[in-house]
Amino acid sequence: MERIWQTHRLTILALAALAFVLMSSMIVVPETQQAVIIRTGEPDRVINRFKPDEPFGKTGAGLALRIPLAERVQMVDRRIQDLDMEGETVLSNDQQRLEVNAYARFRIYDPIQFVKSAGTEDQLRSQLEPILTSVLRQELGRRTFASLLTPERGDAMLNIREALDRQARQYGAQILDVRIKRADLPEGTPLQAAFTRMQSDRQEEAETIRAGGRRDAQIIRAEAEANAAKTYADAFNKDPEFYDFYRAMQSYRTTFESGTGDSSIIMSPDNDYLRQFRGRR
Amino acid sequence: MIGLAMAGKSPWGNNSGDGTGNGTGNGDGTGDATPPRPSADKPDKPKGPRNPWLPPSDEPRRSASIEDIFKNRGPEGPRRTGGGGGGGPNFRLPQRPGGKSWFPIGIAAIALVWLAVSSIHFVQPREQGVVTWLGGKYARTLNSGTNFTFPWPIQSVAVENVSTIRSETIGNSGENLILTGDQNLVDLSYIVRWNIKNLVNYRFELVEPQETMTEVAESAMRAAVAETSLDTILSGAGREQVETRVRRRMQDILDAYGAGIAVQGVEIARTEAPEQVIEAFNDVLAARQDAERNLNDARRYEQQMLAQAQGSAAEFNEIYEQYRLAPEVTRRRLYYETMEAVLSKTDKTIVEADGVTPYLPLPEVRRRAQGQQAQTPPAAAPAGGQ
Repeated sequence: MERIWQTHRLTILALAALAFVLMSSMIVVPETQQAVIIRTGEPDRVINRFKPDEPFGKTGAGLALRIPLAERVQMVDRRIQDLDMEGETVLSNDQQRLEVNAYARFRIYDPIQFVKSAGTEDQLRSQLEPILTSVLRQELGRRTFASLLTPERGDAMLNIREALDRQARQYGAQILDVRIKRADLPEGTPLQAAFTRMQSDRQEEAETIRAGGRRDAQIIRAEAEANAAKTYADAFNKDPEFYDFYRAMQSYRTTFESGTGDSSIIMSPDNDYLRQFRGRR
Repeated sequence: MIGLAMAGKSPWGNNSGDGTGNGTGNGDGTGDATPPRPSADKPDKPKGPRNPWLPPSDEPRRSASIEDIFKNRGPEGPRRTGGGGGGGPNFRLPQRPGGKSWFPIGIAAIALVWLAVSSIHFVQPREQGVVTWLGGKYARTLNSGTNFTFPWPIQSVAVENVSTIRSETIGNSGENLILTGDQNLVDLSYIVRWNIKNLVNYRFELVEPQETMTEVAESAMRAAVAETSLDTILSGAGREQVETRVRRRMQDILDAYGAGIAVQGVEIARTEAPEQVIEAFNDVLAARQDAERNLNDARRYEQQMLAQAQGSAAEFNEIYEQYRLAPEVTRRRLYYETMEAVLSKTDKTIVEADGVTPYLPLPEVRRRAQGQQAQTPPAAAPAGGQ
């Protein structure tokens, strides 16, 4: 053992040095990253560059070589990343305010361009975010408040995506999608106004329902009375003269017999009731 | 590191490639088991940094440290190497024939175990695994069952549950107000159920697949609600439509991203009017009750009226039937019966001569008389009719 070291010292040291050089010249590119090789400050080539139709496993990820010391590697994410926009108040063209929360999805498709112009993902985000905000403001400010809520919005989003994409291409990134995540009424007066309007809407609805109920009830009552009248008329109209007599009899009974308060009747002996009183025929 | 290890432990220069750092630690322990070594070992001791925790010239403690070192290797370490000779505090490895070290055997055993552990994969029924080559190049996908891969540094495996449906509740904490198409607000919470449909895409396409899914869900839900009126959502009539629309839209967006996520379903859990206006909404419900009550009252009245009319009509018809059979007699009978009933209950005054009334003294009587005059003519009418 000792002898191996003694006799092959140089070989061993050379092998170790070789291993060291090999290790420092080998880089590992995961499937999710693109590696930009920067030679003395200038981006030289890209390993595992994104191409839309390449299936995973055939993309060039894995081991790659670089020249140690002279070449530096910067990893650039290959996946779809998100650009989140904080809530921004947007003014529609009918002067209504809307709090909009949007996001964009992008992918860095040209890592060299990206490394030259933006450098890091965070920097790219901070460059794109104000652009997204201003494009969004511009585009939504051209529409009415109501149309911001409708599906027509899709068309606005397309315009925003295109405008943002144009800017992002300068950084080697491609905007895949821009979407409004939330569109809310701003806290405070607009929200309160909406609540008040909802309240009055409901009050109106409640009142309408109550009035409708009253109307329908009245109609039912009127119909009932009409039906009753018809029933009466059908029966009584068979002999109006007899009805008059019959009803008069009923009426007398109701008035005198079961009516409250005492009544006195002063009759002349000529009264028909007293006809027999006198023995007349 | 490797270079240093070789320099320090020349006797096992050939092994140190496998053993690296730990190899030196073992070297000290096993070195005591072989007689010729101590002299070679001694000069090593002062080089503290190699393993400073080992006290010099303390035999039992040293042999215990072998175990410790093997234990530290990992879960399989003590079991495999312990098989060479039992435990115990004063444990000493038995001599190997030929006076050689146990060290290479131990290393080989460990290597074997490591090989087995990192190259055999039992993937559970609901799981899939993604195999990546050294450095992250995608190799293949493992389905459930027993799978073999190259051992660890060459290939690594990430197993993920793919078919279990996960659910994500959105808008569950506090009020989640969403604008509806008629510019009202609704408080809504919903559940998204999803699973992984393409594990490779799920792992490699998006930076944050799960968060992306949540954002897409929110965007799709808000868009769908903005296309619907408040009443449709609140009443539950449009709920199913909203749910399917959100699900479809989410799936489209996620597919466009290549997210590898399948949206299994979207369920609206809660739709309520905002807290601020819930009173007004309740009042609408109360109004519906009021209206219903009014209608019921009217219907009751209708029934009463109708019943009464039918009753009266029937009564008249009965009498009229009798009257038709004997008009004169019936009429007389009715007349006398009524008069009898009426007059038996009232005070009667029969006045012979005309013009007496004004002389009646009591104003009471006069007032009555005046009332009487209005009533007498009808009483006389039937009589007059005769």
